[in-house]
Amino acid sequence: MFVRGLKRKCFDGEEDIEGTLAGIKAIPSYNLQRQSLLDMSLVKLQLCHMLVEPNLCRSVLIANTVRQIQEEMTQDGTWQMINTQNTGQASLDRLVSTDILCRSSRDQAEGKHVPGYGTFNKDFESDQAQDSSETMSTASSVQAPRNLQSNVWEMENPQENKGNFQKSLDQIFETLENKSPNSVEDLFSEVDNSYYDLDTMLTGMMSNTKMGHCDSLETFSSPTNTASNSNCKSDLNDLDHIVEILVES
Amino acid sequence: ADIISTVEFNCSGDLLATGDKGGRVVIFQREQETKSRPLSRGEYNVYSTFQSHEPEFDYLKSLEIEEKINKIRWLPQQNAAHFLLSTNDKTIKLWKISERDKRAEGYNLKDEDGRLREPFRVTELRVPTLKPMDLMVEASPRRTFANAHTYHINSISVNSDYATYLSADDLRINLWHLEVTNRSFNIVDIKPANMEELTEVITAAEFHPHECNTFVYSSSKGTIRLCDMRSAALCDRHSKFFEEPEDPSSRSFFSEIISSISDVKFSHSGRYMMTRDYLSVKVWDLNMENRPVETYQVHEYLRSKLCSLYENDCIFDKFECCWNGPDSTIMTGSYNNFFRTFERNAHRDTTLEASRESSKPRAILKPRKVCTTGKRKKDEITVDSLDFNKKILHTAWHPSENIIAVAATNNLYLFQEKVN
Repeated sequence: MFVRGLKRKCFDGEEDIEGTLAGIKAIPSYNLQRQSLLDMSLVKLQLCHMLVEPNLCRSVLIANTVRQIQEEMTQDGTWQMINTQNTGQASLDRLVSTDILCRSSRDQAEGKHVPGYGTFNKDFESDQAQDSSETMSTASSVQAPRNLQSNVWEMENPQENKGNFQKSLDQIFETLENKSPNSVEDLFSEVDNSYYDLDTMLTGMMSNTKMGHCDSLETFSSPTNTASNSNCKSDLNDLDHIVEILVES
Repeated sequence: ADIISTVEFNCSGDLLATGDKGGRVVIFQREQETKSRPLSRGEYNVYSTFQSHEPEFDYLKSLEIEEKINKIRWLPQQNAAHFLLSTNDKTIKLWKISERDKRAEGYNLKDEDGRLREPFRVTELRVPTLKPMDLMVEASPRRTFANAHTYHINSISVNSDYATYLSADDLRINLWHLEVTNRSFNIVDIKPANMEELTEVITAAEFHPHECNTFVYSSSKGTIRLCDMRSAALCDRHSKFFEEPEDPSSRSFFSEIISSISDVKFSHSGRYMMTRDYLSVKVWDLNMENRPVETYQVHEYLRSKLCSLYENDCIFDKFECCWNGPDSTIMTGSYNNFFRTFERNAHRDTTLEASRESSKPRAILKPRKVCTTGKRKKDEITVDSLDFNKKILHTAWHPSENIIAVAATNNLYLFQEKVN
């Protein structure tokens, strides 16, 4: 099992981006990576929905992954935790954390580092959340895919959240049956790049951390992984760290 | 040239068909050995090219139907003509490829150039004679099997009875008779009553090579079901269920995705079947359902890169696999234009590359190696420098000789065993 509740470096309550970045660098949060994976999967699912001919196999596999993450988060109580912390703003952040990824590159340039903070907000003080949400409020006016997903993200209470979440997946499958072409493909043409920014940020964070639970992973991970751990130079290797954390030993 | 989407040798190996993303089929024929060109044996040259499928538009759903050829399967040859089935996402077509090397001359009612003769000019009756002409290869569509699939067709398989074949899409499998186009029988249906409950799709299906009542289909959850058509009209209940228990130590969020089977192929003997999932190839004994008898790692070094491969969608790539004639070696593709062969008895595996730079005509292919440790030896390639856009998804092995066809994006490579 992974060590939860790793001791975080002292968080000064600085409100500028650099300060928060420094605070984050020390945390290889399993929850964070899982959340990123969840966000990535949801974006992919939305993309599926938008394409003219979605690949059913791919959609099913991604949806199953999302369900898996959701189930685990529910078991952890993380899902509950998110919801109990919810103010209207926090829910907006969560909404934005996926929508940020859907923004066009133009908007992306403005709020480059923001997505990471959207996901971090759950772990930090609520005033911090407020700060980020203000920055991101412009992004919240992002359009289109929300016609499908919007009701999901209006989280009022845990039960409804789960239900809404499930409903969104269901809607995806229903609409896969009755698809209509959507002209927001341009919006998504930049999605992968924007996610890469999140990725780069995460990997930048990861390269500076020493993972205490790396040892527990050694039993299953091949020797090559540990060798590459010491040579964390390329982004790909850093992403591998993330994967190792995601994998239960 | 378009991206090749399927490669298939015919039953004798003399013909090799490729289908591409543009709906075209190109057939290559093996050169016969001649005294004047003794080295030409083994070379394949273009025999016929035709447009099999055109892009279509589904008006009800406002969706385009791609013309990409998903699969080609040859029928066993029964006369001078060759027949093959080719399919896109929705429609299967039976094509007849025939040769014409004679032309009739001396018609009574028309001139040599085809114009009708004036009746009063016909003063005598003559019997037309056959004269030789330049070889012409004609492809003509003989049957169109349409409107039977709501979802995308991923497999077709000709039955050993040579009269029926199956077509499989994501949720259903249909049985057709080759002569009947207006009716097909649904033999597997895994569509849930409520689409919200959908968690598993069909990924591939194939008939048993000898038993005309048996077929298998694989799923996105890494399972294979063997069905017997004698047991029921609707084979929703399998006769055998093949699944390897999951290794709990390697469980991750990507476990299900990488367990999804992209191809299933019976051995020529009919005793075994092979499945391809994202990282490995497994050989199953049909008599043992609880685990495969052999497992071969295709590119295990990718296991630690699954998150990136999920991000760039490569984790959803569907690799195919194939057996050689005697079922002693299996082959499958990988990235960076690498493909792998596994010799089952000798326990030897080889990695080769299909690229212009690394293979000159008639030169022996050099085995490649991917460096998985920190220290890179000379000629090795590191995992990070692999090109994930160069994927070999489609390969085929000649039914009786050691000749292989490898499709690398829009290029087709043919390799054969060096004979001294």
